Amino acid sequence: MSAIKHEMNSFNHDVPADETKLVNVNYNGKWIQVPAGLNVVEVTKRQGDFMPHYCYHPKLSISGNCRMCLFEMGMPKRNPDKSVMMGEDGKPELMWIPKPIIGCATPVSEGMGIRTESPLAKECRKSVMEFLLINHPLDCPICDQAGECKLQEYSSEYGAGESRFVEEKVKKPKNVDLGERIVLDDERCVLCARCIRFSKEMVKDDVLGFVDRGSHSKLAAHPGKRLDNAYSLNTVDICPVGALTSKDFRFKMRVWFLKETNSICTTCGTGCNVVIGERNNVIHRLTPRHNEAVNSMWMCDYGRLNFHYMFLEDRLQLPQVGKGRAKFPADWKAAFQQFGESIAGYKGEQIAMVASARMTNEELYLAKKWADELGVKQIDVVPRKAEGDGFLRSEDANPNSRGASLLGVSQNGSKLKEIVEGVRSGSLKVLIALHEDVCEAGFTEEDLDKLDVLLASGILKNRTTAKADFVFPGCAFAEKRGSMVNVHGRLQRLNRAIQGPGKAMEDWEMLCRLREATSGGNGLHTIEDVFRSMAADVKMFEGLSLSKIGDLGVDLGSESEPPIAG
Amino acid sequence: MAVSERRIILKHIDEEGYSNDYACYVKHGGYEVLKAALKKDPALIREEVKKSGLRGRGGAGFSCGMKWSFIDPKKTEKPIYLICNADESEPGTFKDRQIIHKDPHQLLEGMILACFANNVHLAYIYIRGEFPEGARILERALADARANNLLGKNIQGTGFDVDIFVNRGAGAYICGEETGLIESLEGKRPYPRMKPPYFPAVLGVYMSPTIVNNVETLCNVKHIMEMGGEAYSKLGTPNNTGTRLLCVSGDVNKPGYYEFEVGKLTLGELIHDVCGGVRNGNKIKAIIPGGSSAKVLRADKKYKLKDKEIGIEEIPMDFDSLMAVGTMSGSGGVIVIDETRDIVECLANISSFYAHESCGQCTPCREGSLWMKKILDRMTSGQARPQDTDLLASVADNIAGRTVCPFGEASSWPVQSFVGNFREDFEAKAKA
Repeated sequence: MSAIKHEMNSFNHDVPADETKLVNVNYNGKWIQVPAGLNVVEVTKRQGDFMPHYCYHPKLSISGNCRMCLFEMGMPKRNPDKSVMMGEDGKPELMWIPKPIIGCATPVSEGMGIRTESPLAKECRKSVMEFLLINHPLDCPICDQAGECKLQEYSSEYGAGESRFVEEKVKKPKNVDLGERIVLDDERCVLCARCIRFSKEMVKDDVLGFVDRGSHSKLAAHPGKRLDNAYSLNTVDICPVGALTSKDFRFKMRVWFLKETNSICTTCGTGCNVVIGERNNVIHRLTPRHNEAVNSMWMCDYGRLNFHYMFLEDRLQLPQVGKGRAKFPADWKAAFQQFGESIAGYKGEQIAMVASARMTNEELYLAKKWADELGVKQIDVVPRKAEGDGFLRSEDANPNSRGASLLGVSQNGSKLKEIVEGVRSGSLKVLIALHEDVCEAGFTEEDLDKLDVLLASGILKNRTTAKADFVFPGCAFAEKRGSMVNVHGRLQRLNRAIQGPGKAMEDWEMLCRLREATSGGNGLHTIEDVFRSMAADVKMFEGLSLSKIGDLGVDLGSESEPPIAG
Repeated sequence: MAVSERRIILKHIDEEGYSNDYACYVKHGGYEVLKAALKKDPALIREEVKKSGLRGRGGAGFSCGMKWSFIDPKKTEKPIYLICNADESEPGTFKDRQIIHKDPHQLLEGMILACFANNVHLAYIYIRGEFPEGARILERALADARANNLLGKNIQGTGFDVDIFVNRGAGAYICGEETGLIESLEGKRPYPRMKPPYFPAVLGVYMSPTIVNNVETLCNVKHIMEMGGEAYSKLGTPNNTGTRLLCVSGDVNKPGYYEFEVGKLTLGELIHDVCGGVRNGNKIKAIIPGGSSAKVLRADKKYKLKDKEIGIEEIPMDFDSLMAVGTMSGSGGVIVIDETRDIVECLANISSFYAHESCGQCTPCREGSLWMKKILDRMTSGQARPQDTDLLASVADNIAGRTVCPFGEASSWPVQSFVGNFREDFEAKAKA
């Protein structure tokens, strides 16, 4: 498995250590085998059941404060000689402890009994629900958590139909500005302390705590401190209620309207697994998706919010043909044809290609194929370094550097200088810039003026597209399908959540059509075709397909290490 | 007077001329027991304490010898800590304060003995924030003990190092709960810890084995060593050995603190013979026998004790008898309520305390304690509804036994027992 497999977490209550021995447990009357030491909440999960809980989180320390997972525990009866007393069925006889105990803090042991559906266990859940709701504002109609709120869910499952509370509710602070990206409503808070534990244990940013006591207890940042760390929005995810909300998302969309698409974040080389929430072709949020081999259950705030650029006014929407201000919109067919014609007279040595390690494997594969067909020797990507944080932010700000190396496109930026010099000296006449603003990679605008033909594909207008003769609008990560290889060598899949704007085209298709225009038909009509072809050509991908990658990705192993730049 | 006090811990307290000075304590034979014991095998002290049958005086009445035996000084690699719980906060209880104010060296002697017995080199006295004078007195006593080589390095030339420090609370009842106390001592919010796994004997202060004993319990260690465990165990009654400080408050003519052999007097003797009877010659309506969290006893009810039916005044004041009649001797705080009192008001007062003191960590106690107070406030201000009595009892039932710490019981037992014993008083509120 990948090197960061859930080692980032201080706790992994849901993952028993390898070779944990199994113990026999009486679970609601049935004897089952489960790994020793697993807590009872996790045991119920493995039985396909669910033990409701607020404070328990598999990746955080056990707090035991919500009392929602109370159950009845039994222990095997003992004979005078301390041996286990066996019943007629050959199974241990159980003695049930009259006091209910919490599942999250109770590891299973040999011969233990678990009753989660007894009258007492049910009564416990019902009463905890009642306690949690008496002082809750019940403002679901205007609460962002509505639709994914544990109070709502458990209310309908375990709560009472009516309230017995006629007293005045406790008033607490509302609309508390807890941090740059987070707002707190103390009245909604169930004081589960997940956010406190996350900040302290996962981010080592111990800024949250409880103040006051009893029913007046409330969450607060320590005086003079704010919840501003790079992972702060994860607290919004793990908040089981609407106490912590994201400033970016709040009041924007009712969550039940969001269509969810599994994909990955493409902000850095980690490739955190995400769920894209979209409605009417607009993305409203990204949330981390559980993958122990990549990001566990977390993602950074920067990556999470890094989707607004897709909806900027600057989006390229139509293919354009022509020099400078004389560019005019064209239809795709004509644009491809014109491009094909415009470079027909050039030799491979006169053409360079600057691709992007933000492109998918499929796109990079096609780009390389095309470059080979054109005889292009000068090809590279633009490297991007960032400051890694040892948690999820990678030092590689490109999401697919490994793929770009694997597919022979990337020379780690070592060719860029040669390409710039080639343009300046006039030996290079045609530049194909795919998803990169080459003005940020060593070119000046004057350099670009020297070219006979400049093709720029991409998402947003930039200095390169302004100078380009052919501007081809491509798609952003959430608008297309494909795959990438993260810095740890894991092959992962992007899925399309929304359509690109205007006439923007998925880049794999754009590249197929460009190849057709310059080199004739190639028989690749779907992205599956492209992957199949790539899997046949590239050993690393042998035997794989987009569907085989699945939602959790495939580890390509250390062989996917990029070659050292020459 | 049919019964007389047996003053062991209170022996010199309130004696003419007896002060809390080191010199005075030494003049009365102070620290001699310790000096003699320091020459013995520590295991012997543990053995004597076990033999004495001493039960904890803080509230739960757990065997002190047993508590100590959970930790084997030879087997642990971590340091062992001793904490003296001087967070005396249970309403109706005011015994530890007397010891601290008037005879602090008695406590220190007991503590140093306990430290020596259990190989403890660092001990704390956690004293409630509302006892600033007590903290000051203890600091002075500790300084004197250090100056006389009873604390510090190589005490009395034995090669044994030990020191004791005072830590003041900040005014929270929950700090009397031993794991809440430990969290507070570590500088955190006093949220009680989950048990399991955080039993103080295993994962106590700084995650090290820790013994937490009440002030009075530790004082008893000195007397056990003085008279021998065997002799001590003959005081009181079987399984309820030694003497006990009782704090009597409420509607009696002579409220105060008294010391008796455990089980050697009845509630009636305590109230009538010791405390001069009920004020104005009123009849007793109810008695809370062990601090405000103990279940209330109704005066005109019959109780069953060892197959005998007895009246409230015949109940012996010991751990087992009070438990047998459905309550507890708790912290030794006896609160007498006479017939003139509004029983609902009494409970409203108690519940208001627990609503204010709930730490807020876990759901049932946090939300339930304030809810009960609000219901009672309503009932005592003319807004009771017929269903409130059952509602009150049901809220209490939903707290007891479902919380992180025993505070859940502390706040719900009064409600359960008041409503259970005086249902008509509660129901009458709805009719008024």
